[in-house]
Amino acid sequence: MKSAGSQSTDRAAIGPPLWLLAELTYRCPLQCPYCSNPLDIANYGAELDTEHWLSVLTQARELGAAQLGFSGGEPLVRKDLEVLVESARSLGFYSNLITSGVGLSDQRVGALREAGLDHIQVSFQSSDSELNALLSGSHKAFEHKLAMARSVKAHGYPMVLNFVLHRHNIDQVDKILELCAQLNADYVELANTQYHGWALKNREALMPSEEQLGRAEAVTNAYRKQHGEAMKIYFVIPDYYEQRPKPCMNGWASMFLTVAPDGAALPCHSARDLPIAFPNVRDTPVRDIWYHSEPFNAYRGNDWMQEPCRSCPEKDIDFGGCRCQAYLLTGDARNADPVCDKSPHRERIDEALLQANHYRQEPSPMLFRNMANSRDLISSDTNSSDIITSDTAGD
Amino acid sequence: MSELLQTSGMDRTQVPRIEKHFRFQWEPAQDCYVLLYPEGMIKMNGSAGEILAVCDGERSIDDIIDLLQTKFPDAGDLADDILEFLTVAHEKRWIAVN
Ligand code: SF4
Ligand code: SF4
Repeated sequence: MKSAGSQSTDRAAIGPPLWLLAELTYRCPLQCPYCSNPLDIANYGAELDTEHWLSVLTQARELGAAQLGFSGGEPLVRKDLEVLVESARSLGFYSNLITSGVGLSDQRVGALREAGLDHIQVSFQSSDSELNALLSGSHKAFEHKLAMARSVKAHGYPMVLNFVLHRHNIDQVDKILELCAQLNADYVELANTQYHGWALKNREALMPSEEQLGRAEAVTNAYRKQHGEAMKIYFVIPDYYEQRPKPCMNGWASMFLTVAPDGAALPCHSARDLPIAFPNVRDTPVRDIWYHSEPFNAYRGNDWMQEPCRSCPEKDIDFGGCRCQAYLLTGDARNADPVCDKSPHRERIDEALLQANHYRQEPSPMLFRNMANSRDLISSDTNSSDIITSDTAGD
Repeated sequence: MSELLQTSGMDRTQVPRIEKHFRFQWEPAQDCYVLLYPEGMIKMNGSAGEILAVCDGERSIDDIIDLLQTKFPDAGDLADDILEFLTVAHEKRWIAVN
């Protein structure tokens, strides 16, 4: 999103939240190992109810939010989605639904359109149904997704297809693009996994080699050259392969606001990776959270920076990168994102790349994202003497 | 300027409208018009916003020039600027014409 967001720490100069991501639920029928949800999804209590969400939408719109994403988990498991969409439309939001397509029907695609939804993004695991089933943990998912993608188009939405790329599907970019063209996609996002949440846990299994990445990029460029711009393709490389970090969220709390299923307000959907107690919309007005809460001001502007960022001429370009990645890989969120080759911790990224570029006989194991695995992680993490039997009934 | 128009095939009798996958609206918090599209937003500067605001699918480019000329009588001759912007907007597929 383009905007001249002010980066000054002067409170008067804090820009409004232009983007609201409403994570309606952590419930999800799929179990993607690259999911960016936090590992401790099983830890969070009751979801916000309809009234809460309506209030959050109204408050955020008053502050200036114009783009709204409904995501999760799988937002379709919320029965009140249509009600929320309707309210979003009447408030003047442009609303996007980010879904795996599971739980969608042609009828619901139509009902959501009528309620005023502007755009549905269907995410795919790969172009091939078998791999797709393996990666998502569901066999019926793929055929259904294809049907839903067609339905989205038929109901007049712009069609945006999203493929999360990783080691196991990146060699299929040619087939993926063919599939997208068949489906008449308007936009295609070939987004390499970013290593947060479950994806970081599974990094070894997911990170593509440099050779794979180079081939995929070449295939994409060749496709663009041959077919032009009719289908707009975005290719996002894993930031580990860059020398500079991404300007994460365009700067901490500069324009993005995420509200998690339990009402926690976050400056980024990965911020739960950080050891911070975030404010909750149940008891604090969104305006106070955005402008006055400590967590939202913690990394605003650049006064919080340490070296090498503090004296770096590029600090207003990338804002020192991603705070979550800095914390997860260096232990201090104020450090430079270790992707940066000026970071004294860059070797942590290089080690992961070395591993990714090593020949392997056996594929690395993957931990699937589900409530049972989450509970196991929580119990092994918090207190090793406190043995909790994991509930295999699953969610 | 006129070459640009010829290459894009636009003439002043054509009727522009906002392309169907975009939503164009005024944003009080940002004090400007914006174009919204899947997961994105483009802020319009003052004159771009004023031009798009009158691309309603009924007025021809000629009508639009007349209207804005009347609305901003002190702005001098606006025709070239308007044509130039509409050509760019058409190339970027913000507007469609018929
Ligand atoms: S990434 Fe997969 S598991 Fe995670 S919320 Fe999306 S569909 Fe569900
Ligand atoms: S040192 Fe910090 S500010 Fe400079 S380029 Fe690296 S991450 Fe960005």
